[in-house]
Amino acid sequence: MSNRDAILGRIRRSLGVSGSDATRLAATRHRLTETPVNVVPARGQLPSAERVELFVRKASEVFASVARLDGRDDIPAAVANYLRDRNLPQAVRRGDDPRLATLPWDREAQLAVTVGPSDGKDLVGISHADAGVAETGTVVLTSGPDNPTTLNFLPDHHIVVIDASTVAGDYETVWADLRRRFGAGAMPRTVNLVTGPSRSADIEETLLLGAHGPRSLYILVVG
Amino acid sequence: MSGGLSPLSFPKNARAALANPPLLKAIAHIEETLVNGRRRATEALPEFDALRDAGRDIKAHTLKHLDLYLEAFERKVLEAGGVVHWAADAADANRIILGICREVGARRVTKGKSMITEEVGLNAFLQANGITPVETDLGEYIIQLRGETPSHIIAPAVHVNKEQVAADFRRVHADLDPKRNLDEPTSLLAEARGVLRERFLSADVGITGANFLVAETGSTVIVTNEGNGDLTQILPKTHIVLASIEKVVPTLEDVATIMRLLARSATGQEMSVYTTFSTGPRRAGDPDGPEAFHVVLLDNGRSAMLGNEFEDMLRCIRCGACINHCPVYRSIGGHAYGSVYPGPMGSVLTPSLQGLDASAHLANASTLCGRCESVCPMRIPLPKMLRHWREKEFERHLTPRKARFGLAVWRFLATRPSLYGLATRLAAWGLARLAGRDGALRQVPLAGGWTRWRDLPAPEGGTFRTEWAKRGRT
Repeated sequence: MSNRDAILGRIRRSLGVSGSDATRLAATRHRLTETPVNVVPARGQLPSAERVELFVRKASEVFASVARLDGRDDIPAAVANYLRDRNLPQAVRRGDDPRLATLPWDREAQLAVTVGPSDGKDLVGISHADAGVAETGTVVLTSGPDNPTTLNFLPDHHIVVIDASTVAGDYETVWADLRRRFGAGAMPRTVNLVTGPSRSADIEETLLLGAHGPRSLYILVVG
Repeated sequence: MSGGLSPLSFPKNARAALANPPLLKAIAHIEETLVNGRRRATEALPEFDALRDAGRDIKAHTLKHLDLYLEAFERKVLEAGGVVHWAADAADANRIILGICREVGARRVTKGKSMITEEVGLNAFLQANGITPVETDLGEYIIQLRGETPSHIIAPAVHVNKEQVAADFRRVHADLDPKRNLDEPTSLLAEARGVLRERFLSADVGITGANFLVAETGSTVIVTNEGNGDLTQILPKTHIVLASIEKVVPTLEDVATIMRLLARSATGQEMSVYTTFSTGPRRAGDPDGPEAFHVVLLDNGRSAMLGNEFEDMLRCIRCGACINHCPVYRSIGGHAYGSVYPGPMGSVLTPSLQGLDASAHLANASTLCGRCESVCPMRIPLPKMLRHWREKEFERHLTPRKARFGLAVWRFLATRPSLYGLATRLAAWGLARLAGRDGALRQVPLAGGWTRWRDLPAPEGGTFRTEWAKRGRT
């Protein structure tokens, strides 16, 4: 007997059940297709303006820095200013996502914008979030041809652009949106939920920012 | 296995730990950081207790349908282009992982933090077969350099102080400037980041555990703060996930519910920094991510826990709250238990996985104060299960002779109420006479095990039964 059949057989023997029991099959099928929502905290259930404010507050509490911008066209200047304020070279790497590719980067003549995944040599990466979660100040990033996951982890500084209209109150809203975009039961290769910059408390329980991932996370909320 | 110690020498291990001031100083940090952190985070979320009920119900439902959810999970992983392996025990898991590494000619392997790889002894096995995996979580990296095992499931190096880390880094990172300053944790972190960055970029295989397996989507989920798990799984060409079978949950909604419990219970964070869902290998057109994705599902004794008095233990999400709140753990640290999993959850789980003969003392490494159950996000009745193990220990004559004799004496008295009343009255009277003016006993015949480490408060007034009788109740 294969390991697989042996393990499944032992589980069924211990539970005293059969793998073809119609009631059990129906119960699991129901749960997997109906995806019932459990307890959702009231905290994020707010009108849109307050929801975005909660998102900003929660992200700041976990040491992300956050800026609000009126429109997408303000993004290149905000990026250039961030780099200047931190004495960083005017260089940033992004994926080919149209939401980033179509920005007026040429307005910042000094700013070098390169495209593609990171090989670990980039100081600053910029990504576009698909959604935010106000409940905990979390940004949601998905991988794809235009959205390299390495940009979320290798650069020292990670800049994340998010549309204010995509800030949800809770994770459950984000899951529903993922199902609409990718199909029920399907996911992109990588979905990253990012809540603040990388950190560690492994030495004497002292909290330090910048462990292996980005030392700083800068979130630009547009709209 | 832990630090070379065995559960069978627990009393000796505990005595050694109590006489180790640097260890006691290091674990004292747990109160402010983890215990108070958890309290603040749970008080800030009014729904926390309702979430605990929901979390318990999700896991209870999943365990009753575990075979079906595992099959569903497997189907989705295959659909996404991944490979699923089934491992009956530790030897199977190690053999499968070594096989994958050999198949791709792996020389360099990185690892995300994973207790399950500790459980199967993966590092030692791979090393014996010519592959040295590099631990990348800062705490795991530190203890790997020290040749130790984790003393805590979420804070593996909690027993180490920064001077020790600095000394280890100087010893191992011998090519760096010997005059560099390593006085502060920040410089230690920066050095580890630099050294490990090279390892991440040159690894052939990345091995991680999983906090969840999602049956709905075939995703494996890891939760980290450092980002090391992500660098481990996105940079090498091959990603291997080792997870035990009870990690499966039905849906993304169920992950969300348990996620809200996990970080709050573990570190007092509302959310860990990185929660990452991995589904299959990289897709057509993806510019990065692994080209091969393997999931190894491990049983190792868990299927036998279903349907018996230890089934509830399979709800455990490894947050460590029971450990942080355990007065025994907080007095001796994790290595003294001599098991991979320390503290209350370890004392319940270890005998199920390794057998009672190899872990007999663990059920007694508890005061049964109940703090563990009161903070457990999955509402696991840990004290009740510790009692089950004590009963089994007694039934199988694994209890030491002195303790059995004591229990026999107690039974003799307890089944003879008037004799019992006389004996307890005599004992109360005698102990009160023996006490000093402050009402504390520093030495008591036959109770040296207690008074060696703390005073025994002397009885005040009569016994419980005489006080009860005085109030006119029978």
